[in-house]
Amino acid sequence: MQRANNRAWLAVAPVVLVVAFTAIAPLMTVVNYSVQDIFDVHTRLFVGLDWYRETLRDPRFLEALARQLGFSALVLALEIPLGIWIARCMPLQGRMTVAFLIVLAVPLLIPWNVVGVIWQIFARPDIGLLGAAVTALGVSYNYTSSALDAWITLALMDMWHWTSLVALLCFAGLAAIPPAYYQAAELDGASRWQVFRHVELPHLKSVLTIAVLLRLMDSLMIYTEPFVLTGGGPGASTTFLSQYLTSMAVGQFDLGPAAAFSVLYFLLILLLCWLFYTSVMKRGDEAA
Amino acid sequence: MAWMAWTWQTALFFGAVGLGLAVMTLAEIRWPTQSRRGFLPMATTRGDRFFISLLGSAFIHIAWLAATDLPVALASLLSLGYAALVMSKG
Repeated sequence: MQRANNRAWLAVAPVVLVVAFTAIAPLMTVVNYSVQDIFDVHTRLFVGLDWYRETLRDPRFLEALARQLGFSALVLALEIPLGIWIARCMPLQGRMTVAFLIVLAVPLLIPWNVVGVIWQIFARPDIGLLGAAVTALGVSYNYTSSALDAWITLALMDMWHWTSLVALLCFAGLAAIPPAYYQAAELDGASRWQVFRHVELPHLKSVLTIAVLLRLMDSLMIYTEPFVLTGGGPGASTTFLSQYLTSMAVGQFDLGPAAAFSVLYFLLILLLCWLFYTSVMKRGDEAA
Repeated sequence: MAWMAWTWQTALFFGAVGLGLAVMTLAEIRWPTQSRRGFLPMATTRGDRFFISLLGSAFIHIAWLAATDLPVALASLLSLGYAALVMSKG
């Protein structure tokens, strides 16, 4: 039997070192902070798991968590089908394809805080194009005073910013499907829905997995856009985990509780991503 | 290392995780893992089961801290049992 040569692992060593320096050591430091009351670098008091207990029983944390999960579910439910639909509407070849790709790529190039500013102005009921148009139609709309309006605006903003990522990934997946599959489906007299369900969707599985994972992780970490657009308001209706964490860590300089919060936040994202990835891979194994 | 604000408790924790990873690496070299089906709903390797044990143990502690004021050591014992179950039968 031929023995495996493990020397190739040495090639990975530099990456391991970089990751250890930039990710593992800082994460360990956060864990160290999370079990202490930090007064300054040299003055700290071990408190065990008290910050975790306090955070897990903090109603503001639980409310922010519920909002966070709700927001992630909402944007995924909107952006994934819309991204697939846009990708299916795009021509696979020709000059128009390039034009579509450029238009779709533009929102992805805009920095997050600029997106927030654009939508802050765009959605204003007095001077913003969207806000003024909706108000002119007789609809009572003000994202600064109504929680529902703030959520609708946030969801629209997120869709505007990120649906094109899903569309571009799906387009890449669709462009990779060999024409023979479509020809076979046409010979079999398959409907448009059957082509999508039995030809396109299975081929999109890998890119959709990446798209959902990226959007899930990103929506769970959203900070800049709602911070600029609503500042977490009205009240705390759009205060998500990251904003609450920032107010603890930077606003109040409560490093111990903020570190415990960070560890819980990290574990939540890790769990959700792992559950999603595992369930998708499991379905793939069963289908194979 | 002072900037990392070490305590002996967290050093012990990370030492245990590091030791676990080292043992897993050695075990992998000595007895390469095979993917298998246990009571978990998908086929897993030894590394998968170790990860599931660690993640599950973290959430057992989180649930414990959120729900009760009983000593956390009981959650740790429960986690050890859970990890042993996942590693052997998962």
